Amino acid sequence: MRERSGAGRPPWILLLPALAGLGFLVLPLFGLLVRAPWSTLGTRLMRAQVLDALRLSLLSATLATCLCLVLGVPLAWTLARVRFPGVRLVRALVTVPLVLPPVVGGVALLLVLGRRGLVGGWLDSAFGITFPFTTAGVVLAETFVAMPFLVISVEGALRAADLRYEEAAATLGAGRWTVFRRVTLPLVAPGVAAGAVLCWARALGEFGATITFAGNFPGRTQTMPLAVYLALETDPQAAIVLSLVLLAVSVVVLAALRDRWVNTST
Amino acid sequence: MSGSTGDRGLDARLVVRRAGFDLDLALTAAPGEVVALLGPNGAGKSTALRALAGLVPMAGGYIRVDGEDLRPLPPDRRGIGMVFQDYLLFPHLSALENVAFGPRCQGAGRRAARRVAAGWLKRVGLAEYASARPRALSGGQAQRVALARALAVDPGLLLLDEPLAALDAHTRLEIRAALRRHLAGFAGAAVLVTHDPLDAMVLADRIVVIEDGRLVQQGTPADVARHPRTGYVARLVGLNLYRGRAEGGTVTIGDGDRTLDTVDSLDGEVFIAFAPSSVALYRTRPDGSPRNLWRARVAAVERQGDRVRVRLCDPPFDAVADVTPAAVAELQLSEGSAVWAAVKATETHVYPA
Repeated sequence: MRERSGAGRPPWILLLPALAGLGFLVLPLFGLLVRAPWSTLGTRLMRAQVLDALRLSLLSATLATCLCLVLGVPLAWTLARVRFPGVRLVRALVTVPLVLPPVVGGVALLLVLGRRGLVGGWLDSAFGITFPFTTAGVVLAETFVAMPFLVISVEGALRAADLRYEEAAATLGAGRWTVFRRVTLPLVAPGVAAGAVLCWARALGEFGATITFAGNFPGRTQTMPLAVYLALETDPQAAIVLSLVLLAVSVVVLAALRDRWVNTST
Repeated sequence: MSGSTGDRGLDARLVVRRAGFDLDLALTAAPGEVVALLGPNGAGKSTALRALAGLVPMAGGYIRVDGEDLRPLPPDRRGIGMVFQDYLLFPHLSALENVAFGPRCQGAGRRAARRVAAGWLKRVGLAEYASARPRALSGGQAQRVALARALAVDPGLLLLDEPLAALDAHTRLEIRAALRRHLAGFAGAAVLVTHDPLDAMVLADRIVVIEDGRLVQQGTPADVARHPRTGYVARLVGLNLYRGRAEGGTVTIGDGDRTLDTVDSLDGEVFIAFAPSSVALYRTRPDGSPRNLWRARVAAVERQGDRVRVRLCDPPFDAVADVTPAAVAELQLSEGSAVWAAVKATETHVYPA
């Protein structure tokens, strides 16, 4: 009676590290909650600098996600469906920003798109367009680090999709663009959504590439993570408040999309 | 349908080469004619169909539908309707939107396409399922939606890949009859792939048998059923089939090991066929001696419905016999038993090879 069946009990050798891992992930968040200046939270949140940073973060992460979708979905389709020499190399290159330290990414962006950069100099002289230290620069930096998440997710979905649906659409008279728009894309929609969520979350938390490429100007390029970093040196309480806001936004988004995300991740 | 159709209907020669596989098939179908491609697994039936649809590249040949060569055209420009084996209805679209997909691609407006689609759904008896998603449809309903979707593009050629294979036995009967009706009402040429002889017999006007990528026999269902020309076809239609030389009403099989007397007066290379039910089995040599009598060993005894199929082993003259369960008991038939087998000359059927 006292003994449960042996198969049902998880072994301690797995359970202990599991609990330790969970604690390691959750305790810092708990620390944020404990140390938050709850009494002054309302007034601190309403400060213009916080609201500006939050607005800029949401705006730039959303714009970066849109840019990732516009460029990344076709890129994923090409990697999944077009046979060309060097496809493995291209696939590896696409994932480089995943492992590259974001600061290095920021430096690289400066070298190419900076005012004296390879492309940036030409853009400046020909069109008067400059990216560094602008909100557009923030969006570009976030797009650079976030796009691999989208491409990998969508490419996985495309590879798993049944090609015969596309054949069926072709026999019904659909050209390749119509097949993509009306059959392929709806079939991989869960994968695209999962990729977009990952992409958005990564863009929202982006720090290194942003501060390197776009700088830290309040209202223009200072996103939430940058504001947290800055506040930590001058006003640690404010840093905690900003962190809490980021935490809340992340949790809400993940909770809203978690099922879909977990089900389709490959 | 008259035999001379000019350049109307389908006239194709399909050459497909792939590693370890080689298809070379001449195929015609008159407008309104239903041709069944019948063959064992891996014979190239589906490949032939996919080549017609433009889904596999051809190494040679041509595909003419109503005089126009479709081979250079991509699948979406061929004007062909195709029903796939597991239907491949788009899971994110309703039944109506699935059927409207083709007309939309042909340039019809949204409303016009939906009107056409609603008309086809009504014709296949699924008007009330217009807004249902494919996963909410039964196998038989999905098959009908797939047929409606293929017909809604007003194709010059209709292709059906194992249209009944995914259905259970009961639904299959019902859908087969419905499919036969719709095929009869279709004005263009139709090519059907199946490995089920019954589907082919019921649905097709003409049967083309393929083995190893080559045409081995073709004819009307009745002709193919009566005059099988390969072991595969003979097994499908349930006949014992041998090849031999006929002379003066006697057919010599193999190297003269066995002769069968017939009532046909053909001479030369022939096929000789007889039904398993015309084979009589005896434990001891029968009196009154029917003329075609041989000794064989029982290789297997299998129940088939209310009959028992007995496989007789006597190379190169293996045969099957259908007897009643009572006869099996009476003769004490089991694997390895030695029996006398007999078939009357009047029960054999001889035709030129």
